Amino acid sequence: MGLLTKKDAGLILDPLADNNPITIQVLGICSALAITAELKASIVMAVSVMFVLAMGNVVISLMRNIIPSKIRIIVQLVVVATLVIIVDQVLKAFAYELSKTLSVFVGLIITNCIIMGRFEAFALANGPYKSFLDGIGNSLGYGIILVIIGFFRELLGSGTLLGFKVLGDPIEKTGLYSIGYENNGFMIIPPAALIVVGIIIWVQRSRNPSLIEEN
Amino acid sequence: MLEHIELFFRSIFIDNMVFAVFLGMCSYLAVSKKVATAVGLGAAVIFVLAVTVPLNWLLDQYLLRDGALVWLGPEYADYNLSFLSFILFIATIATMVQLVEIVVEKFSPSLYNQLGIFLPLIAVNCAILGGSLFMQSRDIQTLGLAFNYGISSGIGWFLAILAIAAIREKIRYSNVPAPLRGLGITFIITGLMGIGFQSFGGMLTGGDEAPAEEAVKTAQKIEEGKINKEMDENEVSYNDILNK
Repeated sequence: MGLLTKKDAGLILDPLADNNPITIQVLGICSALAITAELKASIVMAVSVMFVLAMGNVVISLMRNIIPSKIRIIVQLVVVATLVIIVDQVLKAFAYELSKTLSVFVGLIITNCIIMGRFEAFALANGPYKSFLDGIGNSLGYGIILVIIGFFRELLGSGTLLGFKVLGDPIEKTGLYSIGYENNGFMIIPPAALIVVGIIIWVQRSRNPSLIEEN
Repeated sequence: MLEHIELFFRSIFIDNMVFAVFLGMCSYLAVSKKVATAVGLGAAVIFVLAVTVPLNWLLDQYLLRDGALVWLGPEYADYNLSFLSFILFIATIATMVQLVEIVVEKFSPSLYNQLGIFLPLIAVNCAILGGSLFMQSRDIQTLGLAFNYGISSGIGWFLAILAIAAIREKIRYSNVPAPLRGLGITFIITGLMGIGFQSFGGMLTGGDEAPAEEAVKTAQKIEEGKINKEMDENEVSYNDILNK
């Protein structure tokens, strides 16, 4: 591994599958679902969360010994809110259209439970380097689910990926559409995201039965 | 008056916090195992939304938006502080939640016993911050409407968590495929309920969609039938708990 010891690598790799923030820890669902109708928005959201979580984890971890535990929630909220404002201003400056699509959901990264959850569970008890790796790992796990949902919803719902018409043109009837394929409008509406997450959980737990819950 | 009624029904049914914009999903999934606790959390959310949305409306109107500082004097007319809204909104919410907790504990210990454990959870509930951010982005005009928006979106959230808690209590007795148990089936049920709520979308469009209106109406009738049934079921199971 070179740079990373085995334990450090575990910090990054565990959240990708067996300790995934969305499907196992049930954190950060709120923003995961609303913006996944397009792959592009999902990727931007994943990158924003990665920035906020990794930086926030480092900041909180550096301050962990001087934060009085009674007001730690407010301190955490201020740190997250500052980082989110940076993300929001950068998006507005360099990707205005996209920031319109994401609308209030950039702001809602503040209350994304992944962020507070990781601060509470990890950054308050560990050093900055480990917290950084934990932040990267958890946001990667979050991002992977977002990208999977975004991929299927955009592919099946609009027949495009990142805006490219990968299945042919629905109006001129080229590609798959020439043999009678239709877009599934159901995938575009918000509730479809919930059902896709349900199916991802189903697949994951069928492959790894130790994750199955008691009712 | 009419716009109040419209906003009220719109935020409960059409722009429902859970089913249309997925806000507050974390606590929605975590605290919906029992109807009694779901009712407690739902009531606390209505209460906090009703307090924080009008407060943040005042902040937005007189401090944050473009030209809001003009009441200080004409030379302040050019200031636009809206980039600060995230941090101010979340600070207001966190402070209000803390304050409400203290006040409720002092004046109504019985209410505190019911709501108390949920109040800290609420500061980081996305539905609360979402309420304020949507209030800002939808440009709600008056303080009264902001108050209305807070209460009605809280009621929408309450309705959603009550319904899912009732369903989860019943589903314990059914044979769900093992990998779907718990979280998986809850997601899928929420998705199905969301599709049901989508049909309320036709409720307020009125004459705009003249040809489709008939279809929408029939769909709505069917849906209403279903929802009523669901509500009755909730009522029954809630009564059961009370009786126990």
